[in-house]
Amino acid sequence: MSNNKVTRRQFLSYTLTGVGGFMAAGMLMPMVRFAIDPVLQKKDGGDFVTTDVAVADITEEPTRVDFTFEQVDAWYTSEVTNTAWVYKSGDSIVALSPICKHLGCTVNWAGDAEYPDQFFCPCHEGRYEKNGKNVPGTPPLGPLDVFEVRESADGLLEIGMAVPNNLV
Amino acid sequence: MLNKIYDWVDERLDITPIWRDIADHEVPEHVNPAHHFSAFVYCFGGLTFFVTVIQILSGMFLTMYYVPDIENAWNSVYYLQNEVAFGEIVRGMHHWGASLVIVMMFLHTLRVFFTGSYKKPRELNWMVGVGIFGIMLGLGFTGYLLPWDMKALFATKVGIEIAASVPFIGGMIKTLLAGDEVILGAQTLTRFFAIHVFFLPAALFGLLAAHFILIRRQGISGPL
Ligand code: HEM
Ligand code: FES
Repeated sequence: MSNNKVTRRQFLSYTLTGVGGFMAAGMLMPMVRFAIDPVLQKKDGGDFVTTDVAVADITEEPTRVDFTFEQVDAWYTSEVTNTAWVYKSGDSIVALSPICKHLGCTVNWAGDAEYPDQFFCPCHEGRYEKNGKNVPGTPPLGPLDVFEVRESADGLLEIGMAVPNNLV
Repeated sequence: MLNKIYDWVDERLDITPIWRDIADHEVPEHVNPAHHFSAFVYCFGGLTFFVTVIQILSGMFLTMYYVPDIENAWNSVYYLQNEVAFGEIVRGMHHWGASLVIVMMFLHTLRVFFTGSYKKPRELNWMVGVGIFGIMLGLGFTGYLLPWDMKALFATKVGIEIAASVPFIGGMIKTLLAGDEVILGAQTLTRFFAIHVFFLPAALFGLLAAHFILIRRQGISGPL
């Protein structure tokens, strides 16, 4: 008995730790998975929202377009209004997201009188060119996102998900 | 690895005496089920504590989704049970555990009663136990309203009417519980939520600490 590699005490402490750990894991696993669910829930891609702006009326000057849609936030469903800066560029329509790529404030076209042909973010004076490209030397590190756009059967602008900028 | 970390901390803080003082003590033969199987009745206190721990943990996680508001409470419970992964399990733990903890506490009380362990010097711990018992019932009563379904609403109406039947101060107790003289609604739900998740658990922790300190001081009662 004296040359046993595993003592009785060790054997007991291993088995008790094992069984105890198994029980603790069985108890905690559902709770942890429950808590981290928002990270793992898959979101279905957004639908297009029809605005009240006719595609034919869109000019080359970025214009603010508000669009309202039904947002399902877990158990709470509500009407939410988002904004896009919309203009015509050649044949295509561009709709830029107003969310600043620095820290998420809201940008305005020509928001700073000194730069009438740029987007301006009032929070830390970030600036973007018309196609959303961030002006070097101002805080934002990337270009403004663009919304997917399409035209409805009766000629109205429809706006979809925001995707990374493909114009710069 | 773990041993090394332990030694490193122990060398600086001398923690061994602390946990030895808490965990290292005699289990007398008459309470050890390995010696006399019938001694399993001495496990009921520990089992009550085990279920209490589950209640506290599962409750903490439930509040990540639950809202104590009459417009949203039922919907948030429906959402967490049906749309969140393991929601049914986590809510189930809290739901069934609430009844199990009462059963365990009752069995523990029976053990203490039939072994005569409440006698001097342990009367004080019996009184602490009665306090714990009351808090547990309070937790069950306040928690029952939170899902804000029909059963919750009418059970609470009845419960509050029982409280209102107390002579002289019944009406005041009722208003204090419901937050309004006539309506059982928005203010009742927020009050019950606050009592269920903050006030009663805080009181429970205090009494449990007293309960356990008394047991360590007085030791477990002797054999029959
Ligand atoms: C949350 C509820 C409770 C918990 C977690 C709890 C826990 C414990 C534990 C772990 C013990 C050690 C002995 C054993 O496990 O049997 C104990 C002993 C004791 N409990 Fe409780 N208890 C609770 C409720 C109560 C109630 C409701 C009463 C009586 C009304 C009570 C009265 C006592 C007494 C007098 C002792 C000392 C018994 C002895 O030394 O033999 N407890 N309790
Ligand atoms: S958030 Fe826009 S510049 Fe900082």
